[in-house]
Amino acid sequence: MMARYLAGRLAGMVLILFLVCLFTFLIFFTLSPDPAVLICGKTCTPDRIDQIRGVLGLDQPFLTQFFGFLGGIFAGRDYGQGANLVHCAAPCLGYSFQTNQSVWDMVVERLPVSATLAIGAAVLWLLFGIAAGLLSAVKEGTWWDRAGMGLALGGSSIPNYVLALALQYVLVVQLQVLPFPQAVAFGDDPVLWFESYLMPWIVLAAGYACLYARLTRANVIDTLAENFMRTARAKGLSPVLTMRRHALRPALTPITTIFGMDFAALLGGALITEKVFGLNGVGKMAADSIAKNDQPVIMAVTLLAAFFVVVGNLVVDLVYTALDPRVRITAK
Amino acid sequence: MTVVAQAEVAAPPATSGRRIAGVLLHDKGAVISAAFLALIVLMAICAPLISAITGHGPNDFDPAAIDTDLGGLPRGALGGIGAEHLLGVEPQNGRDILARVAYGARLSLLIAAAATVVTTLLGVVLGMLAGFYRGWVDQVICRVMDFLMAFPALIFMIAILSSLPQGNRPVLLVAVISGFGWPYLARVVRGQTMTLVNREFVEAARASGASTGALVFKEILPNLRGSLIVMTTLAVPGYVGTEAGLSFLGVGVTPPTPSWGQMIAASVGWYAVDPMYFVIPGAFLFATVLSLTVLGDRLRAALDAGDAS
Repeated sequence: MMARYLAGRLAGMVLILFLVCLFTFLIFFTLSPDPAVLICGKTCTPDRIDQIRGVLGLDQPFLTQFFGFLGGIFAGRDYGQGANLVHCAAPCLGYSFQTNQSVWDMVVERLPVSATLAIGAAVLWLLFGIAAGLLSAVKEGTWWDRAGMGLALGGSSIPNYVLALALQYVLVVQLQVLPFPQAVAFGDDPVLWFESYLMPWIVLAAGYACLYARLTRANVIDTLAENFMRTARAKGLSPVLTMRRHALRPALTPITTIFGMDFAALLGGALITEKVFGLNGVGKMAADSIAKNDQPVIMAVTLLAAFFVVVGNLVVDLVYTALDPRVRITAK
Repeated sequence: MTVVAQAEVAAPPATSGRRIAGVLLHDKGAVISAAFLALIVLMAICAPLISAITGHGPNDFDPAAIDTDLGGLPRGALGGIGAEHLLGVEPQNGRDILARVAYGARLSLLIAAAATVVTTLLGVVLGMLAGFYRGWVDQVICRVMDFLMAFPALIFMIAILSSLPQGNRPVLLVAVISGFGWPYLARVVRGQTMTLVNREFVEAARASGASTGALVFKEILPNLRGSLIVMTTLAVPGYVGTEAGLSFLGVGVTPPTPSWGQMIAASVGWYAVDPMYFVIPGAFLFATVLSLTVLGDRLRAALDAGDAS
């Protein structure tokens, strides 16, 4: 039963990714200015444009181009002929129109930055969000609760680029407690690495932390009102134990779903945060490539982001089934 | 929620609309938020009037207000705030920030309002179609929703907006925001329609010969009202933020037309020397989003309390 469910889900994932690919390709095919003209630059002749079109296969009909791109991902592809032949190995996403770099290499190079950003932020927002939510729920109605939830409401309303600018102004320019974020490898200078990522982490985590605090509070309050909680207290279990053994699991299970999807979406690039702090991750690459109309790179980041979202959804469903036996798939 | 509880006890049985209005009027947060939003709307409507009174249009350069020796920084403290320019000026060209914030509010609010209307229409119509007819209609609509929700919406919005020729940007923004926004509403509408269709009062109406149109508009739609109001009010701040974010990334409203996100984007290079340049539009954006969120939140609490009683 499980195997059949998984097979169905995987087929659905592949279909969605295929559609994302087709749709993005179609948009660029119909709407974008001619990439050959863009590559050719200022010193351009009609012959040269035709030549570039030939090499990139831009003179082919839409479906040929599309399946050429798709084939490249699984089997690699060749550009040009004879002496000019360039082979692009198996996960081939083409070459950047701007830098002529392999798009796959660009993605592989930048993914660790986005992953570092996403993981650090996730740790922060889970810690603070869930802790604040629990505290507010346990002390429901007190000033703790009101202050915490007021702060959460306010925090979730600050656009992250405004927060980014405000933090940089206060921490870097005025108080000078942090350096300007720099691209440093962890191995070279762990302290500077940490200091450089700290602000981006905070900026990215703030909005989510506020949201998770409110969610956790609502879920815990709902759970505390359930009958089994009253039973647990009535049979003499201490408040702390009731909380730990009975309330946390049902209250936090829905959070895992949302967390999985939020985290997956972030892996595909936090555009604004990466751009504001100049972090060279997938998100900044997306923003830059869009600004320069670098189609192969835009295709790659769109596909990558969709891939993470789809995989994230699957993982979330599997984890959810493991955590909550009520939704387990039963044999008919 | 003691306020809600008190109002519940004190208020005489009233229609749900009046009861909710009464509850919200007793809620300090809701009143302040509504007042602030009214002020912003008024400011947006009166933007030309503000310009006429202060004598500064949103695109008028004021070389006297900036110091060319300091690279075009505004003269005076706090980004040039003073009697002449109430909220200061932009560095380098001396444009009046108050005028630009007021005109920016026009566009930001208009886009958010239009996006809300289009999203709600799409979400309600498609959600109800799916929930009412089931079968293949439901299948098709659900697949489209799954597809749209798996899509990396932000990246794709930027990609579409940047590759499209310079058309009517506000209309494009509305189209893109609602195109990716309706599934979240439609999913809820579909679920509720599916349960409502099987309720006794709908079956009774059907049995007494009501037409499909009457079923939809007289029986089902009125019962969706509560959740629709809540979902829509909570979605508006998201649209305000999305518009500002897209403009911030340079694919929204094109300069020199002001929008809040774009003003903040322009201030990125200046934050260290002229912080007021990003603080003012940032504060307006923050306060607007916060007010909308608080209002939506309180509205939901009031409606939930009504359902429970």
